[in-house]
Amino acid sequence: MAKVLVVTSGKGGVGKTTSTAALGAALAQGGQSVCVVDFDVGLRNLDLVMGAERRVVFDLINVVQGVAKLPQALIRDKRLENLWLLPASQTRDKDALTDDGVGRVIGELRSRFDWILCDSPAGIERGATLAMRYVDEAVIVTNPEVSSVRDSDRIIGMLDSKTVRAERGERVEKHVLITRYDPTRAARGEMLNIDDILEILATPLLGIIPESQDVLKASNVGTPVTLNNAHSAPARAYVDASRRLMGEQVAMVVPAERKGFMDRLLGRRAA
Amino acid sequence: MSMRLLRLFGGREPTAPVARERLQILLAHERGLLGQSDLLVTLREEILAVVSKHIQLDPDKVIVKLDRGKTVSTLEVDIEVPNNFDKSKAAAEKRMAG
Repeated sequence: MAKVLVVTSGKGGVGKTTSTAALGAALAQGGQSVCVVDFDVGLRNLDLVMGAERRVVFDLINVVQGVAKLPQALIRDKRLENLWLLPASQTRDKDALTDDGVGRVIGELRSRFDWILCDSPAGIERGATLAMRYVDEAVIVTNPEVSSVRDSDRIIGMLDSKTVRAERGERVEKHVLITRYDPTRAARGEMLNIDDILEILATPLLGIIPESQDVLKASNVGTPVTLNNAHSAPARAYVDASRRLMGEQVAMVVPAERKGFMDRLLGRRAA
Repeated sequence: MSMRLLRLFGGREPTAPVARERLQILLAHERGLLGQSDLLVTLREEILAVVSKHIQLDPDKVIVKLDRGKTVSTLEVDIEVPNNFDKSKAAAEKRMAG
């Protein structure tokens, strides 16, 4: 059965698009058929991070409005044959999205893919509420920083009240994905640690993506980080997170860039 | 570089506990507000309806606030009435009698 998942955060710049691309690619590498959908109408970037910016012909708005059929707008990834992108429109604005139209497109995507990953725009306006409207699960991307945690809390409240599932009295399964985490700084008490964030948000953890130069390198060349350098720390963390999404039990560690980091972290966290 | 060395050897104030505490206080407040908003709206409407039976009120001058304290919370109801409210009350009673 298809699963629809939103990658959301409230706050901008925390890594929603990077995470959508990386999780989508990791799920596809794991054999799932995946479509990543850009809901950031007017400010699309998922196409750029996926390296498909020159192949966009039709977009989500065209499909919502019936100007194009879904298969015409879907772009197949050049590296993974079971990974697809439905881009957002760059010229329209978010008001062109309608609740019914989005529901129809999501319904159609459900019949074609195992996973539909909706990349939410920042904020709590129409684009963000429609990105979460029809989902079964949510990944809340959070940086270990006060403003990001506060916005995540707000988004969690919206997932529990404004989604179709919530309105039917069902649950949206929520996961926190912590990005740009620096274990060394957290151990020194300079950065909120994982336990603090989870306790405050009262939401289970999907994964911890360490701060890494590999993330920027991957977006520079338009390749999801899990494909660009599979051995890098963030790539391993995203692959672990994708396996947890598929229901596997994977031990929660922060993949480290260098040896020694992890030992120190584990030593401190065990205390 | 010298700053780094200083920080390495000098005492370092951990700031994460401050962040954690500020967030906990703030979110307890904000979650309360979001959950309570419907209750306060309902209370305000019903109070307005009850008092309006006897006194003519400007609906905008009825303010209902909830302050959450550690042990006790207070519900503050602030209603501004016009100076001639007893006249309008008398008129209302006359109307009810008639």
